[in-house]
Amino acid sequence: MMEVLLFGIAKDIVGASTLHIDPVKAKTVLELKQYISTEFPKFKTLSSLAIAVNNDYANDATLLKDDDEVAIIPPVSGG
Amino acid sequence: MKKIDIQIVKDIDTTTVYQKLSHPECGGVCVFIGAVRDNTQNEKVEALAFEAYEKMALLEMYKIAEDACLKWDLKKVILHHVQGRKQVEDPVVLVGAASAHRDACFEACRYLIDTLKERVPIWKKEFFSDKTVWVSAHP
Repeated sequence: MMEVLLFGIAKDIVGASTLHIDPVKAKTVLELKQYISTEFPKFKTLSSLAIAVNNDYANDATLLKDDDEVAIIPPVSGG
Repeated sequence: MKKIDIQIVKDIDTTTVYQKLSHPECGGVCVFIGAVRDNTQNEKVEALAFEAYEKMALLEMYKIAEDACLKWDLKKVILHHVQGRKQVEDPVVLVGAASAHRDACFEACRYLIDTLKERVPIWKKEFFSDKTVWVSAHP
């Protein structure tokens, strides 16, 4: 299973700080976004939704591999 | 001290920033400090809590500092951000730059804070008397 890190409101939406996803259901960043938005419809209400792969913002076409560090980045609000 | 100083900390030390940024070739040092305000849209804020994706946040902050050094001739750059619960008037972010003349450090300082707010994976939760809100989460 692929482990996905959750922060901020994403953690509240899922009710956990990590999510385990069958990699077949999220082969790309876009598929991961679609998967979590279907499983947890509240993600659709956010102002934006980004995915980080190995500590860098990833575009929708990025392929996800088993050993990648994947994180859901809801709208940031530092500062 | 190295040219770029990036940290995520429990508390911001505002008293030593000049020592950290001063440089013999710099006639200008510009610092921005963000603090906890006691209200948002006329509602009383009791406290804030910051959560960071620390590893990525440090990398993003470093990239912002490096970009600033490419855009302006800076001798020192600092970006510090807090993590954890903060009270009204507590400093939560400190950015600064040092340059030969003031224009570069003023512009760089603005770039540092604006880009940090845009990109760095840190999240702020506001505590009101009757609710908590993740800032900017919803349109």
